[in-house]
Amino acid sequence: MFFLLRTLPGDLASLKLGVDANPEALTQVRQEFGLDQSLVAQYIEWISDAARGDLGVSMLTGADISQEILNKATVTLPLIGLASVLAILFAVPLGMYSALNFRNRRGIGVSAASQLGIAIPTFWVGVILITIFSVKFQILPSGGFPDEGWSSWVICLESLILPSTTLALGQGAILMRFARSATIDVIQQDFFRTARSTGLSRSQALRIHGIRNAIVPVISVLGVQIATLIVGAIIVESVFSLPGIGQMLLQDVGIRDYTKVQGTVAATTAAVFFVSFLIDAIIALINPKARTSQ
Amino acid sequence: MNQNRNLFFGLIMVGFSAGTALLSVLWTPYDPLEINPDVSLAKPSWSHLLGTDVLGRDVLSNLLVGSRTTLITAFLVVIIAMAMGVTAGISTALLPKRVSRAAIYAIDIVLALPAVLFAIVLAAIYGPSTFTAVIAIGVATSAAVAQVTRREVTVILNSDYVVAARACNSSKTRVVLRHILPNIRASLFVQASGAAAIAILAESTLSYLGLGTTPPAPSWGRMLASSQQYLIIDPIVALWPGLAIIVTVLGFNLLGDGLRESLDPTLRKSRS
Repeated sequence: MFFLLRTLPGDLASLKLGVDANPEALTQVRQEFGLDQSLVAQYIEWISDAARGDLGVSMLTGADISQEILNKATVTLPLIGLASVLAILFAVPLGMYSALNFRNRRGIGVSAASQLGIAIPTFWVGVILITIFSVKFQILPSGGFPDEGWSSWVICLESLILPSTTLALGQGAILMRFARSATIDVIQQDFFRTARSTGLSRSQALRIHGIRNAIVPVISVLGVQIATLIVGAIIVESVFSLPGIGQMLLQDVGIRDYTKVQGTVAATTAAVFFVSFLIDAIIALINPKARTSQ
Repeated sequence: MNQNRNLFFGLIMVGFSAGTALLSVLWTPYDPLEINPDVSLAKPSWSHLLGTDVLGRDVLSNLLVGSRTTLITAFLVVIIAMAMGVTAGISTALLPKRVSRAAIYAIDIVLALPAVLFAIVLAAIYGPSTFTAVIAIGVATSAAVAQVTRREVTVILNSDYVVAARACNSSKTRVVLRHILPNIRASLFVQASGAAAIAILAESTLSYLGLGTTPPAPSWGRMLASSQQYLIIDPIVALWPGLAIIVTVLGFNLLGDGLRESLDPTLRKSRS
């Protein structure tokens, strides 16, 4: 990614100063950003700084990139967290319901809805939700985020309700399919039949044996989906004009602030790896089977 | 019953989208780019069946032409994804482990990279256009195709008839052409259908974000983005492009499911 961004046509220094900048100023800027060194040297310097959490400064504004990402994360992280929780909360019960009824009409209806949910573009869900809750009933804000941040947390939460619901619906539709097939698997297992034969009702047996087994694939899918969740956050932030990492990334792409795009993408990738590691740890906690394997 | 139903509805939906795209080549009710301030944000009526947008452009005409843009993009993405993915999949399965391991790692990395994020980076470098969007989505989708193809080819390579063919001194090329390709053909159709669905969603998302199809060419994603500003005055304009996207994507998804179920007899009894 670094080399892709650096080997592009056009000189970064002249981009910063404009086409008719004088040569001395250009050389000075090149020195300042280390652009006169070889690509490999630049890369080594950048990656060793990045490993210490220093992503450098923005090429255009001179602002500290790590600091800006941390600032914007106070919007993006709660959004993603809230959306994941919501997605699990509605995907697991619905998936189990459709698994238990997979031969009759209600179950098929629920899985048809999930099929539909996968096909609906995230931004359209956002626009529809705005139309219903902000334009028609005017009970929730259509977008934006308070400038003072989480000190006024009620308004913050209010402005995150619609965005996180939007994100959760698309994500939940995917999770639901996995919850459904996991539950179908559990129902056909021997231990489930044994539990039923001891006199437990279907829902009791499911509560004791089903949920634990069905939630493991759901959480691991959520781990694989974390990259999609971040892309979803970029889209949702754009729909609801939330000042998060995604919106910042899109703006930087627009003004071609390469160092910042690079820093943001690197930080996002690191976050994705960190989360998938975390998810593996969580799965090991819930599911004893995963501890011995690997 | 079920597989026929998926295939049936999938074919109808995809056929409907393809039909509107073809129709747009021959005829649209109005010039989709014609600006007419007199009828700005008109409600649906006999003269403008789906109404007009803020500049007075006919929504139906824009939807029809947008369907062409969308399907052409999807077609190009599928070609890139299938060409790259199938080549990578077959060659990583055939090559010795030492060589293919690096390629498999590369596939895994691309697999973790979402198409839209890749497209954003490409757009940052080369400027947003349909071309960068197609390349980005195509490359990102090819990783999934490569992975599935590799898995299937590995199974076929270990089957008795391939071992027999190799024993009869068939060359690797001959094995690929005579045994592997015909055997994975069904799965390739399924994957192409799925890739088309992903491509359409990704393209409309990028256009919505302003990183895909560039104006003034009509595109569903951008129609939605511009209609969002006038939600208070006219929420109905936002409805149509969304419905168009849903019908097409759902169509391709159902088509894929239906094809999988009807081409793979082992799936007919188990699962839905």
